[in-house]
Amino acid sequence: MKHVKTLNTQTLNHTVKRGGCGECQTSCQSACKTSCTVGNQTCEQKK
Amino acid sequence: MTLIHQYKSNGYNIVLDVYSGSVHVVDDLCYDVIAVLEEQNQAHTKETLGMPDTKECLMERLKDTYSKEELLEALSDVTELAGEGRLFTRDAFADMADAVKERKTVVKALCLHIAHDCNLACRYCFAEEGEYHGRRALMSFEVGKKALDFLIQNSGNRRNLEVDFFGGEPLMNWQVVKDLTAYGREQEKIYNKHFRFTLTTNGVLLNDEVQEFLNREMDNVVLSLDGRKEVNDRMRPFRNGTGSYDLIVPKFQKLAKSRNQEKYYIRGTFTRDNLDFGEDILHFADLGFKQMSIEPVVGEESDPYAIREEDLPAIMKEYDRLAQIMIDREKDGKGFNFFHFMIDLDGGPCAAKRLSGCGSGTEYLAVTPWGDLYPCHQFVGREEFLMGNVEEGIVKPEIADEFRGCSVYSKEKCRNCFAKFYCSGGCMANSYNFHGTIHDAYEIGCRMQRKRVECAIMIKAALS
Repeated sequence: MKHVKTLNTQTLNHTVKRGGCGECQTSCQSACKTSCTVGNQTCEQKK
Repeated sequence: MTLIHQYKSNGYNIVLDVYSGSVHVVDDLCYDVIAVLEEQNQAHTKETLGMPDTKECLMERLKDTYSKEELLEALSDVTELAGEGRLFTRDAFADMADAVKERKTVVKALCLHIAHDCNLACRYCFAEEGEYHGRRALMSFEVGKKALDFLIQNSGNRRNLEVDFFGGEPLMNWQVVKDLTAYGREQEKIYNKHFRFTLTTNGVLLNDEVQEFLNREMDNVVLSLDGRKEVNDRMRPFRNGTGSYDLIVPKFQKLAKSRNQEKYYIRGTFTRDNLDFGEDILHFADLGFKQMSIEPVVGEESDPYAIREEDLPAIMKEYDRLAQIMIDREKDGKGFNFFHFMIDLDGGPCAAKRLSGCGSGTEYLAVTPWGDLYPCHQFVGREEFLMGNVEEGIVKPEIADEFRGCSVYSKEKCRNCFAKFYCSGGCMANSYNFHGTIHDAYEIGCRMQRKRVECAIMIKAALS
């Protein structure tokens, strides 16, 4: 595509198939403790 | 329903297709074309984009700016993206929301309030110098053991269990931290679990013995420091009023180095007294730290240091400035991680996690020194949220049910927000503090969160 550069290869829909195992880190245990930052968590199955 | 967010930042035209999570960097032509198409029909599909009406409307709206050939070329790109499910993507997750609400949860993380006492007297402390609206207390080994037993018994098939030693200041109850860690290591073998221990400390009692233990046993350590000496010492004094910076910084530097600059965060809080908090982040970097976080303070509106709506323009500018500096430093080989600008566009959390949020009240609970269970550390001391205790377990499951029912789809304010799958609806404690319900959102926090997501994506664009 001449006018578009897409930064990611996966879509959220892909994650539905692999998702929901619950083994990932709890977000507040990382560094925040006073907000909610989930988007930067890592999927345990992708490690 | 579709949701597209377009913004310009640092010379980049960015298009976020919320329901696919796709991020596109586009030229001015395509940026304008997408804006017109979305205005024309939010529910565009590959088919409707190919209709004569669509082309005509596009030509009519943008003919004075772009040639017909250019517009058709951009429309072709947009149509291709829509066909691939990367633009004008429908909301496929609303149906999951009920399943999220009904899901069976297990407890997988505990915040152990190992000490409701502190050797600092930070002015903004939500824990009221460690006392949490209550009395000073240290958790006994017996209570801690029962907490770990409770976690194992309520964790179902989850293997990875997290325990954060929190306070107050956990190093004020150091022997119990060590004993509980040893107990956890014994129990994990018996029950085929794996404990990930973490500890949050102000560093006052950090010494070589503590450091060696933390490096051996703790998956992550959170080191509290606010930044520049004058900023830190204003908000984080000892009880006698003197500053803590000079004592703490060398200890934190040594610890970070001994952990190979990994698996720790130097974590600060900014207030309206240091809206130039980017300087504090850069101060961390100049001290040699590589993993850092600075969070906006959360306080009562009446607190003199609390972030006010009028502070937001300065905060937005500061996030922009910080993002630019981070790009420059990364290019110079002097990069560092800022927690709130970290975003993994490909390997991030699954949709289920993004819908359900932080897990407080269900997967994540806080335990007081005497064994009471609360939905998270920020609810400790609010008796209406007392859920049970480590002896009897959860005695008020209705509280867990309420938290389980809280998702981005239960909050009206999240409905049209582009950042909803990055913050998962925000912090429920913040919502409760400002609105008296966990099903709302703290607007000032939301606006800062949206800005941080925009900056994080822009940094990816700049470094891609």
